[in-house]
Amino acid sequence: MLNFIARRILATVPVLAIVAVLVFLLLRLTPGDPAAILAGDAASADQIARIRISLGLDQPIIVQFGIWIGHLVTGDLGESFYYKIQVADLIAQRLEPTLSLATLTILFSVLVSVPLGVIAAWRFGGWFDRALMGFSVMGFSIPVFVLAYILIWIVSLKLGWLPVQGYKRVADGFWPYLQHLILPSITLSVIFIALIARVTRASVLESLGEDYIRTARAKGLRESQVLIRHALANAAVPIVTVIGIGIALLIGGVVVTESVYAIPGLGRLTVDAVLARDFPTIQGVILFFSLVYVGVNLLVDLSYVFLDPRIRY
Amino acid sequence: MNRKIIAAVLLAAAAGSALAQDKVLRVVPHSNLAILDPIWTTAYMSRNHGYMIYDTLFGTDDKSQIKPQMVESWTESPDHRLWTFKLRKGLAFHDGAPVTGEDVVASLARWGKRDAMGVALMTFVERMDSPSPDSFRIFLREACGFLLEALGKPSSNVPFIMPKRVAETDAFKQIDDYTGSGPYVFKRDEFKPGDRAVYLKNAKYKPRAEPASGTAGGKNVYVDRVEWNLALRDVQAQANAVVKGEVDIIEALSFDHYESMSKEKSVKVLKPTLGLQYMCRFNHLHAPFDKAAVRRAAMASFDQRQFLKAQVGVDELYKPCASMFTCGTPYASSVGTELQSKSNMRKAQELLKQSGYDGTPVVLMKPTDLQSIGKLPDVAGQLMRQAGFKVDLQAMDWQTLVSRRAKKDAPSAGGWNMFCTAWVAPDIWSPVNNAALDARGDKSGWFGWPDGPKLQELRAQFMRETDESKKKKLAEAIQAEAFQLATHAPLGEYVQPVATRLNISGVIMSGLANLYWNVKKN
Repeated sequence: MLNFIARRILATVPVLAIVAVLVFLLLRLTPGDPAAILAGDAASADQIARIRISLGLDQPIIVQFGIWIGHLVTGDLGESFYYKIQVADLIAQRLEPTLSLATLTILFSVLVSVPLGVIAAWRFGGWFDRALMGFSVMGFSIPVFVLAYILIWIVSLKLGWLPVQGYKRVADGFWPYLQHLILPSITLSVIFIALIARVTRASVLESLGEDYIRTARAKGLRESQVLIRHALANAAVPIVTVIGIGIALLIGGVVVTESVYAIPGLGRLTVDAVLARDFPTIQGVILFFSLVYVGVNLLVDLSYVFLDPRIRY
Repeated sequence: MNRKIIAAVLLAAAAGSALAQDKVLRVVPHSNLAILDPIWTTAYMSRNHGYMIYDTLFGTDDKSQIKPQMVESWTESPDHRLWTFKLRKGLAFHDGAPVTGEDVVASLARWGKRDAMGVALMTFVERMDSPSPDSFRIFLREACGFLLEALGKPSSNVPFIMPKRVAETDAFKQIDDYTGSGPYVFKRDEFKPGDRAVYLKNAKYKPRAEPASGTAGGKNVYVDRVEWNLALRDVQAQANAVVKGEVDIIEALSFDHYESMSKEKSVKVLKPTLGLQYMCRFNHLHAPFDKAAVRRAAMASFDQRQFLKAQVGVDELYKPCASMFTCGTPYASSVGTELQSKSNMRKAQELLKQSGYDGTPVVLMKPTDLQSIGKLPDVAGQLMRQAGFKVDLQAMDWQTLVSRRAKKDAPSAGGWNMFCTAWVAPDIWSPVNNAALDARGDKSGWFGWPDGPKLQELRAQFMRETDESKKKKLAEAIQAEAFQLATHAPLGEYVQPVATRLNISGVIMSGLANLYWNVKKN
């Protein structure tokens, strides 16, 4: 097991190295000059050229890459062209909102979708099952921003229950913090509830057809025990896998959600960095996201051991 | 013991109450604030940040007149070559140090290396000095007709006055000390890029006695704290937030929300006096726009109303204006504007035939992510096609466009022929600072690189002229020559509406910059 973890952690090194090279090259091939953006609309070509020199963008790409990698191996993600702040500090500043939003979204999604999926499988073909399938099609189809505007209009503007936008840090008080996260989390959860509920339903449905379920029922266990201890427990591997994939999908989802709800998180930082061609920040954020993705995948793989005793590493 | 506890509770309650009574003005700026050095960049957000924390020697009032601000009085020698300025009493930086002539000289020297008008002014300046702590002098090589205009210019780059130690920073390196002497103090520790910027009232600031007008007059602050919400950039979310009362001011209300916000009971919609000018810029270096006749044919096809209707859409927010200098400002005129003011398609078709246009496609760059100007290229492309041009409309994001427009390569090698943009009034209202009129060929400061020795000579005369009526005549001649040369095509003007909550008053709506003194929150 420890060997497996060590091998997986070591395997992240080449993955991150490939990501680093690809991101660096792609950004340099993308049209757009950070110096022109920084200089402002009324700046002259000469001013832009001088800023380009000050950023080191006049150097050959290989030299720029060497400098960046040199810093990266020492853990230095560099300084943002745009904000003149260390990229690591920028990521740290934006981590709390995104982490809060993602955690609440995943928690909410799992707590809602897994029971729904189990009930739908249990009542396969009934009205509940059909309603859930209908909801999941809607959940997949409705764009995040449309759902956000509808929720804001009803919950915030018409009912006045929750704020329209913004983010409060935990340090500002738990209720304000939560108040600002409820709508964004619900918005972002809908697609995950749809996804996880469908997979849970399919997976539990498959388990319910197995011999051990018939045996459990024959032993006289309560239906709830059959569903949770036997059917759900045996269906857990694909569900956990989907939750893991969901976290990766979440990274894309937060970009839109953070924009609509004005949450200063990593998604918004990424968009701003891309628009400003802030190369060090884009590189840093993508590397960070890659690291998170690799980490989540590792955790998902490890969870299999606990969920299915037949799996050994 | 009990008394101590009661006293502590009362003190805490008083402190809490004081905090609760703090007037906080919550503003949604038009963009993100990233660069905190308003001399290093021409970005308008950095300029507005500058107005919060720095003061200026002169200001521009809402009639576009230059008025003293930090300066108390000044004299000019009979040959117009020596200017002596005396500073107002009681001017002090946020750290308590008095503002001196040496601070002014250092600040002007740095600004004069970055700003286009500053650079032009410095060609006249022989030297500057500070004979006493409360005065400074500018010695000129020859008479200069725009010295006060330059010192009081309201838009980027504004000659803000910084402490000497800060102003001595290399002009091409950003400052990291934000000590100013303006009406607000920047809360560096609360600044979170992309999230919020906070400014506190500078209690020691001594405003002028005159009423606030444009960037001039008394900078009285009636709120304790101004918070710029930098995260709220979705236009629908902005509208929702002002309706719900979560923000007080939206600096740039989208045109799409103008009508609905105008009907909203809890919100006021304000319109600035001066607007912005749309323009399309030709690249004079490459075919087909290397020929004036071809450029003039394109201009003749540009009916301003069609651009304005498509881009702005709300009748009361736009007006056609053929002048190259913002309508309603001192140098605006109709001299030489017939090509634009009487544009029509038949004339454009005739002019294009006469020009010998060979069918070279026009590479027209269209920004897809900038709502404020994104429709202009579509209209320009369609009108030019109707006139007989072949148009290659290329969509890209604005940042790609600003990078590409700096390239002098041929359109086939990654260059361009035309793009459209918008300028705020004070950036184009004078022949000196209107960058589109810089006609020094490929040495021109702004993109497009027109070559017009006659236009340059007229601009040079304007810069030297000190008689206001002669300057007006020269401005007319400059405009006529610019139309002849077809440097660029003005496409009309619009105003950017501002939305505020009903309890907000005193917002300065000059259109010069977004300013937050004089604002009251009841």
